Amino acid sequence: MSLIAQVLANAIIAGGIYAVIAIGYSLIYSVLKFINFAHGEIVMIGAFIGWTVAVHWHQHLFIATLAAMICCGLLGFLIEKIVYKPFRKKNKLYVLLTAIALSFLLQGIAIVLFGAKVRTFSTGNIIKGHEVFGAVITTTQFIIITVSLIFVFMILLFIKKTKTGKAIRAVAENQDTAAAVGINVDRIISIIFILSSMLAAVSGILIGYEQNINPTMGTMIGIKAFTAAVVGGIGSVPGAFLGGYLIGFAENFGILFVPAGYKDAISFVILLIMLYVKPTGILGKKTEEEVRV
Amino acid sequence: MAWNFLGADYLLHLIIMIGIYVMVSASLNLMIGYTGMLNLGHVGFFGIGAYTSVLLTHPVYGLGLPFSVGLLGGAAMALLGGYFIGIPSLKLRGDYLAIATLGFGEIMRAVFKNWQSLTRGPLGIPAIPKATIFGYTLATKESMAMVVIVATLICLIVLWKIIHSPFGRTLKAIREDEIAAISLGKEVRRYKMTALCISACIAGIAGVFYAHYISFIDPTTFSFSESVIFVCMVILGGMGSFWGSVLGAIVIILLPQPLRFLGFHADIVGALRQILFAAILITMMLWKPQGLISEETITEEKETKEKAAESGTA
Repeated sequence: MSLIAQVLANAIIAGGIYAVIAIGYSLIYSVLKFINFAHGEIVMIGAFIGWTVAVHWHQHLFIATLAAMICCGLLGFLIEKIVYKPFRKKNKLYVLLTAIALSFLLQGIAIVLFGAKVRTFSTGNIIKGHEVFGAVITTTQFIIITVSLIFVFMILLFIKKTKTGKAIRAVAENQDTAAAVGINVDRIISIIFILSSMLAAVSGILIGYEQNINPTMGTMIGIKAFTAAVVGGIGSVPGAFLGGYLIGFAENFGILFVPAGYKDAISFVILLIMLYVKPTGILGKKTEEEVRV
Repeated sequence: MAWNFLGADYLLHLIIMIGIYVMVSASLNLMIGYTGMLNLGHVGFFGIGAYTSVLLTHPVYGLGLPFSVGLLGGAAMALLGGYFIGIPSLKLRGDYLAIATLGFGEIMRAVFKNWQSLTRGPLGIPAIPKATIFGYTLATKESMAMVVIVATLICLIVLWKIIHSPFGRTLKAIREDEIAAISLGKEVRRYKMTALCISACIAGIAGVFYAHYISFIDPTTFSFSESVIFVCMVILGGMGSFWGSVLGAIVIILLPQPLRFLGFHADIVGALRQILFAAILITMMLWKPQGLISEETITEEKETKEKAAESGTA
């Protein structure tokens, strides 16, 4: 029983982090119809900015998170304006390749700046966990679960309830029509990039706070999070939320049945199965024709 | 110390590496360039070829069979891998196909890393025997370079024949307009599957030569970043340009070489290499997405012929 409870707790923690990142992928996909491959690197950069401020400069974690969010938001804004914007009306394959290259570039720069070493946020003290239904959960993990849920619901509310959120949905539906009714499409796209990059920064710090960080962490986390977004139905924010938790659960419960080393592969097997059975994802709104040949 | 590499040995090393990577990029070009399928998991086939051959031929960790069996086995297994990944992914288009192949590459890496009883996992397999051809062991770099060059040429000739056959023209038609190809009665799925299998098979052969030349393989050799470098070769040379993918491989191998001699730490050299490739890819996409040697498209050919005809009549 306690084993199951522990795995459940781990699944919720991982799922929350994946969900926050996956929402970023989905938001950008919903409007620009491409996978922002560099999103995982934003997570990594957010984690490193947080680490620099919190550990290197000895500031409070709250300030570190804020700094990471602001820097990543700015970075996301600049990336869209400088790198992605020229591709808007061009072949989608080009922008996907550019995004991959950008992720490569950011990772390379991070290795040069921070070194390939693994860093950690922790002070070295072992934190005593609390027992909840037989699972041992540390305060850090409680914070991760809560913070990820808060951010997920904030973004859901933002998109559902605010005027800007409505504009985002309109641009996602049809850019030209949205522009025709007076929505500033460029501004909406910038907002989306800033928002999702800020979410990425938060999740980067959550990951760093719980595990450790290194410049190559972004690729795997990014790939898994977009797997989550695809499984949930890319372009749909509730889908990304669902997909994030689904991948978190599948990974953590999966290793009860297969060797732990295959943890990373589990999400890709799910991805392949999903693409075969229902490529639009669980909550995907896209028609089959857009996805399949 | 570093300057010792700048001898004949170093030159031969570069020739061998270029040969291996030309096979990879030319085979990947068949998918990306000619058929329009972005494959982000090509390293998976490369790795299947390498591991299969090593496990067949290694006297300690494998079966100790001759190299020719390893080569055939590696090629066959990579082809089979192509077939299996083709079943779920070929009905997808564009970026969905790309992520499906990426997933395949990562699954293969997880298998290499975790099937420890077979692959020794992260420890890797050391002391891989040298390649042998007709009972002659390719112990020297000269002999290895010669065999790799011959193998590369054979692969290139095969690809040339394929591309310039009716089959190859159908692939291009699929790339240009899939629905039109279907309406002409072409079985698009079968064409795509064949292209994928040929591409995978050649990448597998390249993997076999890589493993027996480097003489050590481990899962980190077959990571996603390697797939990106493969794609970079095709893009740089020119998607759908036969000589472009050859040139792309040569440039991508040669360009980062000076970094070795600057005296940086190995991590930094790797990072700088990565930055260099990324910068090339972004630059190409922004300003010259057709690559260094752009493909002569059918319309251009037609136009030049028309022009020639016009000037002939005039």
